[in-house]
Amino acid sequence: MERFDVLIIGAGVTGAMIARNLAKYDIKVALLDKENDVGNLTSNANSAIVHSGYDPVPGTNKAKFNVLGNAMFDQICDELDVSFSRVGSLTVALYDEQLKILEDLAKRSKENGVKVELLNAEQVKKMEPNINPCVKGALFAPTAGIVDVFNFVVHAVENAVDNGVKLFLNQKVTSINKEKDYYVVKTDKETFESKMVINAAGCFADKIAEMVEPIDWKITPRKGEYFVLDHYKAGLVNHVIFPLPSEKGKGILVTMTTSGNYLVGPSSELDEDPSDYTTDPMTLRNVRAQASEMVPSIPFNQVIRVFAGSRPTCTRHDFVIEYSKKDKYFINVGGIESPGFVSSPAIGEYVVEQLVKPVLSLKEKKDFNPRVRRYHRLYSAMNDGDYKFVNEHENYSEIICNCEKVTLGEILDALDRSVPPQSVKALKRRTRAGYGRCQGGFCQPRVVLILAKHYGVSPLEINYDGEFSPILLKKIKEGK
Amino acid sequence: MRTVDLLIIGGGSAGMAAAIQAKKEGIDDILIVERDEHLGGILNQCIHNGFGLTEFKEELTGPEYLSRFVKQVEELKIPYMLNSMVISLTKDKIVTISNKEEGVLEYKARAIIMATGCYERSAGAIQIPGDRCSGIITAGTAQKYLNIHGYLCGKRIVILGSGDIGLIMARRLTLEGAKVICVSELMPYSNGLNRNIAQCLNDYNIPLYLSRSVSKVIGKNRLEKVILTAVDDKMQFIPGTDMEIECDTLILSVGLIPYISLLDYIDCPTSSTKGAKVNEHMETMIDGIFSCGNCLHVHDVVDFVTDEGRLAGHGAAMYLKDQLQKGDAINVLPKDGIGYVVPQQIDRNNQEDVTFKFRVRRPVKDMNLIIESNGQLIAKIFKPVLIPSEMVMVKLSKDKLPLLGEEVSLRLEER
Repeated sequence: MERFDVLIIGAGVTGAMIARNLAKYDIKVALLDKENDVGNLTSNANSAIVHSGYDPVPGTNKAKFNVLGNAMFDQICDELDVSFSRVGSLTVALYDEQLKILEDLAKRSKENGVKVELLNAEQVKKMEPNINPCVKGALFAPTAGIVDVFNFVVHAVENAVDNGVKLFLNQKVTSINKEKDYYVVKTDKETFESKMVINAAGCFADKIAEMVEPIDWKITPRKGEYFVLDHYKAGLVNHVIFPLPSEKGKGILVTMTTSGNYLVGPSSELDEDPSDYTTDPMTLRNVRAQASEMVPSIPFNQVIRVFAGSRPTCTRHDFVIEYSKKDKYFINVGGIESPGFVSSPAIGEYVVEQLVKPVLSLKEKKDFNPRVRRYHRLYSAMNDGDYKFVNEHENYSEIICNCEKVTLGEILDALDRSVPPQSVKALKRRTRAGYGRCQGGFCQPRVVLILAKHYGVSPLEINYDGEFSPILLKKIKEGK
Repeated sequence: MRTVDLLIIGGGSAGMAAAIQAKKEGIDDILIVERDEHLGGILNQCIHNGFGLTEFKEELTGPEYLSRFVKQVEELKIPYMLNSMVISLTKDKIVTISNKEEGVLEYKARAIIMATGCYERSAGAIQIPGDRCSGIITAGTAQKYLNIHGYLCGKRIVILGSGDIGLIMARRLTLEGAKVICVSELMPYSNGLNRNIAQCLNDYNIPLYLSRSVSKVIGKNRLEKVILTAVDDKMQFIPGTDMEIECDTLILSVGLIPYISLLDYIDCPTSSTKGAKVNEHMETMIDGIFSCGNCLHVHDVVDFVTDEGRLAGHGAAMYLKDQLQKGDAINVLPKDGIGYVVPQQIDRNNQEDVTFKFRVRRPVKDMNLIIESNGQLIAKIFKPVLIPSEMVMVKLSKDKLPLLGEEVSLRLEER
């Protein structure tokens, strides 16, 4: 059996960033995930914000990695060809008594090394014409940004795999045992051996850690529910709009996304079941009411989807990034809740340079390529007004998804890469086919047929999302 | 950049009718742009019959109905471009088209007719409560899988919403061996045509539950069950009225919405139909851009779509021949009991009869439709039964037009 040097459990954004950093070195790396796609859970259901770092308590891991990670996004998104925009955030005070809290936040920002500016009501209204006219002031953090979280994870793993990392999907870890100088990691399908194991299992990180030793922290998942609005018009908001933070988190925000949609949420509810992604009308009603307080004119008739995500909130109230107590060959990276996404590049670098390197001898690869093959999209060509690529390449003018203008070429390209989508939802995350106002009503049949043809299977075998989630149940006759 | 006199976006029933009419009125330089590989639009997948009763006085299937228009398009040698999607549009009528073979092309048109049809309201749009499993699908998509590709989306099925496609699919799925357990409708009345309730539900003993909706969908991977709960007159779920139904599929037939994303590019005003605001020639508020069919307002039967396509084709032909002398606009307002009226404006210089198309907000009986302007009664028409699922058409003769002030309103009054 092939023995790995490092095996990472969890291909969310944290695992992806660790894997990509390890891919720079001449070692054998395995990346495992229980889902049928990378970034399938917490990493794909969040606010898609690159936080500035105004909010974490100074001196915590959250503060440190948030600020370091934020600064890395320009380069990393360029290398990974991922949409990212530093639109800035506004944390708004709607009542006079909240202005004091803004000042405290400004001080905290300074301690964290985050550039911020306190704005008066007039300045805020000028920047955000749709803000509640009662606004009293805001904390402006220009380094905050929005990012395409789906493709950030997918492209990072793609880049890692292109540089030699081996990805194993649909592998749910069931036991971890140390043999002489290596770990034996058993999944529901296979057995792996690796000198080192890194636990980046998100909402399940405590369960994985407990397979090795008793731990003094626990994940207490918090569910967050969101509305997604169509990209019907620019300018509803021009920045990420936060309320004042509370103990439950940064609160219900209103933001645009890199695709021009708007996102409103999340709620924050304790939920013992980390796999609970149900949405509930009462919770959403509350989200709507709170968001409308900041931006009264949010057009909820433009909602095209609601979803829930699960935060891996940790009882330590901070990121756990450390060796296991008995062994430096097992590293826990847990509790990576907000600001986890923005922190991930810095966490990835820290884990590899500060925790792996002292244990394993790491030799740099000469041929590491930090870039993914360039992605071409009709939609981007439209924005740039440059159709040269589209016109010179087959399939890039054959539209499959009308709402999002996704072409066959883009879908085939996604399937041709090193982390190909295996489900309709995985393809949707990569290409946006089915993400528009009709939610796949028109394109889903075409997408299912394309996937079936690509994998050489019957359309009956194409899953909507995870394993055992088929879309079609029976063939009735010869269709085309 | 290529040029064309009349560019028609969408080669379905509305687009083809518009093209044929414009051609007959002397417009030769026409291009129909169709995204699919055939003309005909959604009718291609509507293999049931019931089409053409008004238009041809016979009952045709969707493909039969559309083929009669395709034949005319061919005979009249009207050019059309398939596998082509209009991706953007300007107020100056520059149209960008993405064509499968030729790549991205630009056309400068003198007039444009939007005939882009409608789309189905999705599970996301109605914010369906519960899990995000597979097995929740809109009726039209299920119809496409079944009638075009030959796949059943489910075996034990609950249908939410009593729109016509849902009713048609209840019968169709039953005939293919699926068990349709029930149809559940949020409103206290059906949103489908009466004939469809009789022929698609009653004939197959499929129960229709009114004032009942899905309060939760449950399923880890694929749908396992739905909870149907009764609603009160404020559409709030009534505790203790849950029906738990094991099923693998939930089909949604919860409304159709005009597909008008292209109008976002030109800031075209819309109306309460969720389509463009138009005048009696189906011209939008953007000069030379017309709209018709389901992208203007959702119709019950295709025959009326065809008719409206012709109206837009006629309007565009007059526009291209400089026969539309624009004057002041008379606003048309839906009032008591009326949901919407098309057109929303009438041109003061109009020389033709005007047909108002409208829907009532809720089912009513024994009503007078009152058309009035400046407090003056223009017309009073008795309507014994009016239901929201049936569009009503009322003609206002051209000699009444001089009586109209700045606005004209339609309302219902008890007899």
